Amino acid sequence: MVHQYKLNGYNIVLDTCSGSVHSVDEVAYDMIEGFENIDKEVLINSLLEKYAGRDDVSRSELEDCYDDICELRDAGKLFTPNNYEDMAGTFKERSGDVIKALCLHVAHTCNLTCSYCFAAQGKYNGDRGLMSFEVGKRALDFLVEHSGKRVNLEVDFFGGEPLMNFDVVKQIVAYARSIEKEKHKNFRFTLTTNGMLIDDDVIDFANKEMSNVVLSLDGRKEINDRLRVDYKGRGSYDVIVPKFQKLVKARGGKNYYMRGTFTHANPDFTNDVFHMADLGFTELSMEPVVGKPEDEASLTPEDIEIVKQQYEILAKDMLRREREGKPITFYHYMLDLKGGPCIYKRISGCGVGTEYMAVTPWGDLYPCHQFVGDEKYKLGDIFNGINNEALRDDFRSCNAYAREECRDCWAQLYCSGGCAANGYHASGSIKGIYKPGCELFKKRIECAVMMRVCEEEEGLSNKEDLNE
Amino acid sequence: MKRIKTLETRNLCESAKKGCGECQTSCQSACKTSCGVANQKCEN
Repeated sequence: MVHQYKLNGYNIVLDTCSGSVHSVDEVAYDMIEGFENIDKEVLINSLLEKYAGRDDVSRSELEDCYDDICELRDAGKLFTPNNYEDMAGTFKERSGDVIKALCLHVAHTCNLTCSYCFAAQGKYNGDRGLMSFEVGKRALDFLVEHSGKRVNLEVDFFGGEPLMNFDVVKQIVAYARSIEKEKHKNFRFTLTTNGMLIDDDVIDFANKEMSNVVLSLDGRKEINDRLRVDYKGRGSYDVIVPKFQKLVKARGGKNYYMRGTFTHANPDFTNDVFHMADLGFTELSMEPVVGKPEDEASLTPEDIEIVKQQYEILAKDMLRREREGKPITFYHYMLDLKGGPCIYKRISGCGVGTEYMAVTPWGDLYPCHQFVGDEKYKLGDIFNGINNEALRDDFRSCNAYAREECRDCWAQLYCSGGCAANGYHASGSIKGIYKPGCELFKKRIECAVMMRVCEEEEGLSNKEDLNE
Repeated sequence: MKRIKTLETRNLCESAKKGCGECQTSCQSACKTSCGVANQKCEN
């Protein structure tokens, strides 16, 4: 499938099934648009008429362009057919019951009470609780036992606020380090925190043991403190920003993400991204709020249009910063055209409910953190294993081809069919879709590809290349 | 004149020939709310 769009002065052609990206002039853009459905002579004549008066558009020039398009098609770089459907599911079948990543809910409690929290202020609509070391240890053993030949195993410390159970986090990591050599595994730990409890001990520990830290900040003080408040209603900004700055500096400015949420209150979220950059943070992720349409914080259809414009503003500003030698990273604009995911990964998606699961403080297993607390999505537990095979099979069949709405979508092999949790919350089915999410995703991909095209044209090295 | 510039990209058809599964689980990366498989890197 071919997707064509114009952005920031570039005419861009994506051959989505080969992964090829072409930057073309307007004549080639028009010719590619008509190539499959219009007879060659008719197409050339129509373009001669459209571009009459232009010295560089002659019949022989257009025939050369037509030949170039044929060459690209024959080389498998244009009009590549979507022949991957038979492979959908084979990767997961081949992987068997392999599990390679766990989201460890070490704390179902929080010291902030953000009203938009998808986890219901950390309690997931259930009891407060902290994971014991015994449960954490068993979770790691469960992961190793089910990881097959996979070497890289990922564990995210999540909550609630995981630093409210910091001693257990340290014990779990120490246990992992004690077994990884014997088990031939490489544990990669990440930590998602609101920052309130960061101190020198946490910084030293995180910088030694965490391959990535995700730091929650919504941007401008008035935006952050509107919703990210403690139980006395006090904003968190003044407490957490200095702590985050200290932690990031101690990490050498690498391997972290400032992770914000934008809501109906700030669809102009680029101002929050730029504010975080002004604070000295360069690794940034800003996400639309997850919630029900009737929630006060949820984005409206009008907001979605504003956000799409904001994504374009952000991409152009990031290019400006690259030119000035002060680049920032935006998670969704990290698109590695040369070393991105293989087709199997693109088809199979994030691994929710198959190779990725969430563990509650009591050891219950859920498909991912966004399903925790919804009893019908309980897969089993770490002591007795998976006992809801039908549910796991349902997630196993969740792939880029599982949704009818995705069949004619150019972004199918970029989003892998989208987030099952978003689909479920929007439609009641894990194979449903969340349409506003689709719109935003497509805009982000268009912006990210445009940035790669611009970097190529201008000889800029994007920040990802510099980090390698 | 050359009207089409093709960027160097990983060929997905070629990648079908050789799914190791060692790449990072996308939801663990940063956002935790909207899967970004396309934002991942091959680790092999």
